[in-house]
Amino acid sequence: MSIAVALHDVSCVFHSQNMTVRAVDGVSLNIAEGEFFTLLGPSGSGKTTCLRMIGGFTLPSTGSIQIYGEEVSQRPPYERPVNTVFQDYALFPHMSILDNVAYGLMVKGVDRTTREKKAASMLELVQLPEMGKRRPVQLSGGQRQRVALARALVNEPRVLLLDEPLGALDLKLREQMQSELKSLQRKLGITFVFVTHDQHEALSMSDRVGVFNKGRLEQVATATELYNRPTSEFVAQFIGTANVFSGEQCAKVFGFKRAMLRPEQITLADAATAPLSGAVQEIQYFGSFWRARVGTAALGEVVVDLPVGGAALPVLGQQVGLTWSASLVHTLSPSAD
Amino acid sequence: MSQGALSVPHHTQTRSGWLDSLSTLLFVRRRLLLACLLIPPLLWFGVIYLGSLLSLLANSFFKIDEFSGQLVREFTLQNFIDLFQPANIDVAVRSVVMSSAVTVACAALAFPLAYYMARYARGTQKAILYIAVMLPLWSSYLVRLYAWKLLLAKEGAISWVLQAVHMQWLLDAFLTLPVVGGNSLSFSPFGTFVVFVYMWLPFMVLPILVALERIPPSLIEASADLGSTPSQTFWKVIWPLAMPGIAAGSVFTFSLTLGDYIIPQVIGNSTKYIGQVVYTQQGVAGNLPFAAAFSIVPIVVIGVYLWLAKRKGVFDAL
Repeated sequence: MSIAVALHDVSCVFHSQNMTVRAVDGVSLNIAEGEFFTLLGPSGSGKTTCLRMIGGFTLPSTGSIQIYGEEVSQRPPYERPVNTVFQDYALFPHMSILDNVAYGLMVKGVDRTTREKKAASMLELVQLPEMGKRRPVQLSGGQRQRVALARALVNEPRVLLLDEPLGALDLKLREQMQSELKSLQRKLGITFVFVTHDQHEALSMSDRVGVFNKGRLEQVATATELYNRPTSEFVAQFIGTANVFSGEQCAKVFGFKRAMLRPEQITLADAATAPLSGAVQEIQYFGSFWRARVGTAALGEVVVDLPVGGAALPVLGQQVGLTWSASLVHTLSPSAD
Repeated sequence: MSQGALSVPHHTQTRSGWLDSLSTLLFVRRRLLLACLLIPPLLWFGVIYLGSLLSLLANSFFKIDEFSGQLVREFTLQNFIDLFQPANIDVAVRSVVMSSAVTVACAALAFPLAYYMARYARGTQKAILYIAVMLPLWSSYLVRLYAWKLLLAKEGAISWVLQAVHMQWLLDAFLTLPVVGGNSLSFSPFGTFVVFVYMWLPFMVLPILVALERIPPSLIEASADLGSTPSQTFWKVIWPLAMPGIAAGSVFTFSLTLGDYIIPQVIGNSTKYIGQVVYTQQGVAGNLPFAAAFSIVPIVVIGVYLWLAKRKGVFDAL
């Protein structure tokens, strides 16, 4: 399978009033053709800057960006074979929906009947067939999002860039759009590069995820690998909930200097015989499980998820023992920071 | 404290009675509050603003007695028929041509400036540019007008500089041109035009600036992303979105020029503009009805202009 997007040692430095910000710092990355690739990270981690450099809205300070083997790092956006779905949708307010979708074809000189036919069929693809005559202000957020998608896809891009496209939608609509986007991507076979700060979104949609922290790429892996075998404490904490331990006591209990255990990998046991014990400090209900925080003398607070309808729940203040299967303990290297 | 004092509700003890009940009344009856806030401006707008315009319109259908000079309140269309006398048509056409030229020149000067201010200027530079645009409005109109008189006069600064660099012949050649030329810059229609453009430029810069600043940067990025070259982006996205600003600014420059009677009196040859005719008709000549009829001309012209602009889709982006 060929490589759609390749970043080689890309950095982006912003200068403003005696301040130098390394927004992206030495990122190298290969995204395969047809892949759903997500750039995940907290705000300010460099994921959006990275996407903007692929799109051509921000130029890298150093490094090279290749799209299908062609060097594009210094080219303007209109000379790159990619299209973008913007966070605020960026629909043209003075044009009808149909003209918005047909815009890319119009500027390429496609004649009116052809481009309107293509735009109309693209609106059908995103399930807005009747909306062509309306203006962007007359549409809801979710509808605008689909129009933005149609406007990008009508140009048949080789790579589609999506900059937090679902961020402004409410939870139900967001979940619906997630599955729609995923099935659309499978159907069209286009490479998707998706930016989000929502780890659930990243895990549920992506073939692979790149986790950003402070301008650096911490780890690139599939969702299951990120969850089960994070390479740094940052990734472990950012993806899901993790108990990360370190120091002398950690080595004594687990046999490693730094170790990670997910809350659902720990079970309650008899306080007298368990390798770790402490008092229950808090219990919260999450619908599909209970989450208990146990204060241990050796390792501080430990988060434990308990199945609903399992053994009787401990009460606040009760002394409980904690146990786990040794094979699930994951060792960590120190984080970059 | 006695038993009785304790039974009084707490809040009535701490607030004065009638203010409390007034604020409660306004809080509960929102429409009353709205009415209190809106009645003064509506009265101003309805009675004074529209009322004076209507009385002007009414006056234009009256006439004055030729012997006594008294106003005769009888319906007549004579004033409007008089408007079509060649001399009056001349004044109207000259005024509209001047206003159009001033508007086009203001737009041509204002757009690049506003574009730079909206898209590139940051921080201190932006503040300085804002002040530079607004600065002329801080001093009196008459002071600035006479300052221009000094600049444009035969012995004035512009002439002096041109003499110093041996370019006086160029100015002289320009002043011999028909229509725009004259004895000196301060006695030529071109001089009038220059001062009009100077006076009304801020009224064009600011609306265009507001329109351009309302364009989100992501729209320009989206246009480039969809394959537009910068010039395509300009004509397909930025220009149409700036149009309402240009239209608003042009209404200012156009109507201000059309109604002004001081600038052409101080600078220019003695040909008359609508404002001057209205001024002399209602003042010296005492013919208020005819002055009123002539005042309708700018209103009609602006109305037609806005109607055309609307039909052309100028306000689509609003």
